[in-house]
Amino acid sequence: MDKNQAASDQPSALAKPEVLMRLALSDNGFVFDPVTGNSFTVNGTGLAILRRLQHETDLARIVASLCTEFDVVPLAAERDVIEFANLLRNAFK
Amino acid sequence: MSQRSPWVKPVLTPHRPGGMNKFGALRPQLHQSELDGVAIAPLLEQYGSPLFIVSEGRLRDNARHLRRAFSTRWPKVRHGWSYKTNYLGAVCSVLHQEGAWAEVVSELEYRKARTLGVPGSRIIFNGPWKPAAALEQAVLEGAAIHLDHLDELFAVEQIAQRLGRQVPVGLRLNFDTGYTEPWSRFGFNIEAGAAMDAARRIGTSQWLQLTGLHSHIGTFVLDVRAYAQQARIMAEFMEAAECETGCRIEYLDIGGGFASRNALQGLYLPPDQVVPGFEQYAEAIVDALSEATRGRAALGKPLPVLVLETGRAVVDDAEVLVTRVVGGKRLPDGRRAAILDAGVNLLFTAYWYNHDVRPLQPLEGLAEETVLFGPLCMNIDTVRASVMLPPLNVGDALVVSPVGAYNNTQWMQFIQSRPAVVMVMGDGSVEPIRQAESLQTLTELERMPNALRPPFSDAM
Ligand SMILES: Cc1ncc(COP(=O)(O)O)c(C=O)c1O
Repeated sequence: MDKNQAASDQPSALAKPEVLMRLALSDNGFVFDPVTGNSFTVNGTGLAILRRLQHETDLARIVASLCTEFDVVPLAAERDVIEFANLLRNAFK
Repeated sequence: MSQRSPWVKPVLTPHRPGGMNKFGALRPQLHQSELDGVAIAPLLEQYGSPLFIVSEGRLRDNARHLRRAFSTRWPKVRHGWSYKTNYLGAVCSVLHQEGAWAEVVSELEYRKARTLGVPGSRIIFNGPWKPAAALEQAVLEGAAIHLDHLDELFAVEQIAQRLGRQVPVGLRLNFDTGYTEPWSRFGFNIEAGAAMDAARRIGTSQWLQLTGLHSHIGTFVLDVRAYAQQARIMAEFMEAAECETGCRIEYLDIGGGFASRNALQGLYLPPDQVVPGFEQYAEAIVDALSEATRGRAALGKPLPVLVLETGRAVVDDAEVLVTRVVGGKRLPDGRRAAILDAGVNLLFTAYWYNHDVRPLQPLEGLAEETVLFGPLCMNIDTVRASVMLPPLNVGDALVVSPVGAYNNTQWMQFIQSRPAVVMVMGDGSVEPIRQAESLQTLTELERMPNALRPPFSDAM
């Protein structure tokens, strides 16, 4: 089994889609968490990542899809997605 | 396919009551891409990062502003440039061109001033340790020697006697202004009588002549009343010493300590609101001094020269440090952190100031609380514990200011070597004024005993 395979076998490593699904998102970057009542502002890139993380747990697929929408090289996108997913995991439990 | 959007680092900003405005940032995002009209980015390319940049124009403006504030209020004013605040040769020379004397506190600084072409007769020699050879040189060259303790008084007397000449000296005084922590370890205390004891001893000496009084009440002193009180106490002591010993005091040296426009940690208000201008210091000092010396004219005694040793307030905002982001991370508590190529090794003053930090270029994205760490493998290496900045990418440059005071003298060669310093000249040209250090700077004074030379065995 190669390493990429191993990563995609652990869906919860990136973020928990069921937690992120509860968030209300608006197109202009307003984020509301009905469980805690907290609200946030997310920028365009963050919103794009958040939307993907609600449905997708595979890092490589998220990165590939971001690279079609954004002018970014895969490594740079991957780095930021890993870090941002960590931020989301800690912000929404 | 259609145009792809630019990639901006993802940001999630919590809404806190009263914090964000509808644009998401706590304050408009400022950046600084130029110094005195000179673009900074090409300098960073040419001289490397990090890079200190000094503004000749600002330095001159500050020195002139100081002089103007005082000389429009008091007949005779002298500025002694405090070498320890920044003794880069080019910085000192700008101030000497502006008429400043050199204020030095060690043999090293004394010799540096001489090397820069300052005659001994324009050097103020302070400090608790003046080695015998330096004292003798200072006596021979006519420097203003400010005695710190009795042993020094006797040392100068012996030199004077040996040379067969009478030597004018100043006394460093300490006392309680009621506003600042007394720096009682330097000089002779007034309240305890030690200062008058010393004045009397000088008065009876065939070889010494008391001509000046000096004191330095502290640094970053925000309350101008402290200086007014200092001026009163020194003037009173002048009258008393002249009366008791028959000496004639020619100058009162009130030291340095005026605050610069830097944000002292723990102060809530921004520097623009709490730091007095030179005019405010001057007014408080000269009002008190005029009042306290009113009787002199009637007695036919001249007014003393007012000597200032202003350091940080003259040089601090004349220098910036440009540094690059070398990495970023999220701390476990969610805060964003950036690692810079400059840390407390170059910014000693980060221990007590919250320096202003601005991106070199406008950066995309919402500002977020960010911690700025230096490159040292040391927990204390924090440039800013909390600053609002947009997302930072590797290679982004930040401009840290004001950094002109005490950093180019207290910087450490620790883990990293010291970078280049350049000066933006008044005519818009840029001159290197200190080269970046290299491995050779680190090793050139070392010597390797033969028995310790390679090859190394691999036995452990
Ligand atoms: C004797 C003396 N003069 C002048 C200064 C310069 O002080 P500042 O940079 O606060 O103006 C100092 C600094 O400690 C000092 O000790």
